[in-house]
Amino acid sequence: MDILEFYKKALTIRFFEEKVDWLFSRGLLGGTTHLCIGQEATAVGVVGALRQDDYIVSTHRGHGHLIAKGADITKIFSELLGKREGYCKGRGGTQHLCVMELNFLGTNGITGGGLPIAAGAALSIKLSGEDRIAVCFFGEGASNQGTFHESLNMASIWNLPILFVCENNMYAMSTRFSDISKFDDVALRAASFGIPSVIIDGMDAGRVFENTKKIAEKIRQGGGPALIEAKTYRFCGHSKSDARLYRTREEEAAWKQKDPLPKMELKLLEVISQGEIEVIKRSIKASVDDAYEVAVAGEDPGVEEALEGAYAQREDLLPQGNI
Amino acid sequence: MRKEKISYRKAIYKALDYALGSDEKTVFLGEDISAYGGAFGVSADLYKKYPTRVISTPISEGSFTGVAVGLSMTGYRVITEIMFMDFMTLAMDQIINHAANIHYMYGGQIACPIVVRTPAGGYRGYGPSHSKAMENLFMSIPGVKIVAPSSVEDAYGCFLSAVYDNNPVIFVEHKLLYNLEEEAELQSGKQVPLGKARVIKEGGDVTIVSHSYGVALAKEALADLEADGIDAELIDLRSIKPLDIETVIESVSKTGRLVTVEEGSIFGGVGAEVACQVIENCLQYIDGRIVRVGKADVPIPASLTAERFVLPSKGSIIEGVKKSLSW
Ligand SMILES: Cc1ncc(C[n+]2csc(CCOP(=O)(O)OP(=O)(O)O)c2C)c(N)n1
Repeated sequence: MDILEFYKKALTIRFFEEKVDWLFSRGLLGGTTHLCIGQEATAVGVVGALRQDDYIVSTHRGHGHLIAKGADITKIFSELLGKREGYCKGRGGTQHLCVMELNFLGTNGITGGGLPIAAGAALSIKLSGEDRIAVCFFGEGASNQGTFHESLNMASIWNLPILFVCENNMYAMSTRFSDISKFDDVALRAASFGIPSVIIDGMDAGRVFENTKKIAEKIRQGGGPALIEAKTYRFCGHSKSDARLYRTREEEAAWKQKDPLPKMELKLLEVISQGEIEVIKRSIKASVDDAYEVAVAGEDPGVEEALEGAYAQREDLLPQGNI
Repeated sequence: MRKEKISYRKAIYKALDYALGSDEKTVFLGEDISAYGGAFGVSADLYKKYPTRVISTPISEGSFTGVAVGLSMTGYRVITEIMFMDFMTLAMDQIINHAANIHYMYGGQIACPIVVRTPAGGYRGYGPSHSKAMENLFMSIPGVKIVAPSSVEDAYGCFLSAVYDNNPVIFVEHKLLYNLEEEAELQSGKQVPLGKARVIKEGGDVTIVSHSYGVALAKEALADLEADGIDAELIDLRSIKPLDIETVIESVSKTGRLVTVEEGSIFGGVGAEVACQVIENCLQYIDGRIVRVGKADVPIPASLTAERFVLPSKGSIIEGVKKSLSW
């Protein structure tokens, strides 16, 4: 694990999300958004332990996963802004953001919608005899959808190369997990499908990385599905307008003590100086601002682009050997 | 190749066999499609021929449809079987919010080539949850194609077109058609293009437009109509989306009258769409009443007697035709 690289990725995610938040507060973005501020360690820790050719299926709270996978933040901004230059030509936006060249099979606007798709990608890997794996992020809220149970079951009976990563941030919108589940741990549910699981501190990127690395290798070697439950916390509201009445400011303050970024800085101070860290911060902040400026100067889609493309043509040649 | 008598069920089997046999990147998923051979016996022994790619799933329509989406995004063509069309409701999220949107919402990066096969329709006393033909549910979903052939040759050819299409296709197989036997020439791999209607019988007095089992009912009505001196033209749409409205317009321009026949609800149905497009395009040629024949706006009762009052029949088609001529 290259701590400096991890730190830079986590910082990019934090600054990117803060910029998005700022843009919303100024009314400069349409639709809605779900920020992952506070949850950066799960994104960089999990994705950092994967190979480039591993598939990722993400959630509505997916910017961090995508940035960790190596996406160009200018093109993410373009997508959020509904610009032609976006990864999905501005048609998908924040909750339908797919980057096939990175094997990133989409953020997902339907809670629990990505779980079976990830199982499908894993079945594809297995049928093709490849040694990559599929990774499926989901929230603890999604574990009450039928798709969670159905997908874990299929992954289990077919011994699929899939890693389920539950980012348990305790709240699904306003709903506390302990109010809608008899038990606090999603990992318990994996046991009923014979799927091994671990519960880890999701605020510690190093811990997340090491666990993922170990478990992913096992899956890669034919060990079958596994589940990681990362206990984490979103520092911000659920989406753009959330007064956070369902939790206390004290609870928030306690979790902020566990902010993954200062933790990484402490580690980094063993190898570089505080001054150098400040330089890195400034340069990443500037690159996020620059990316936004480039994106916002892009073009809006024309009427033809809005109206074409509902159907793929037979002669369409698409990447990934899809067609 | 010479023609031989073959059933609709066998034609789908052969098309499945062809698709699975000619491309290793084709997978078939569904419930009880292995040793049981599929609830209606369509997949028979395919699981022995393609043991890794004919996959019997748990009873999880919602998620195995999602598995199909994931497979299709990563390089496979997928065929799924939803045991009864009524159970499509459980697969709707993956079809409507995922499969149908993928090509458009991801900016053309990727397509979703899946065929959702499903036995549909009533007349068998199975009651409200095992009898529906719900083609119309998908008509308002951009990105999805809907195919419902009525003949043996079309079952084979349209199925292969659906498999090689790069979009999600809902492929409707009426249960009462499975045992239909016709002289057919199933040329290996020959596709029947989607979006092309077939004129089954030419006639000058009235145009009857139908699809799926409705065509079989309309065919029965033709003889009676002829005996009454009515020369009807019968069109089988074969695919509802894309819709070959040109063939219908051409016919109505000649006959001046339109009767649509479908097994689904009339309200918001296929006939409503066809009739509206006809009015938009050739109102000047219409000189009779437009009549829609279809299911009454009630669930399908289990009683075989009651079911007959609810679903279209040869009699209701004849009545509809006469109504269109009586104006
Ligand atoms: C099927 C569906 N139901 C409800 C919603 C509205 N919704 C969006 S996110 C969310 C909470 C999801 O919670 P969780 O899975 O724990 O993820 P988190 O937001 O905590 O990251 C809800 C209810 C939705 N998008 N899709």
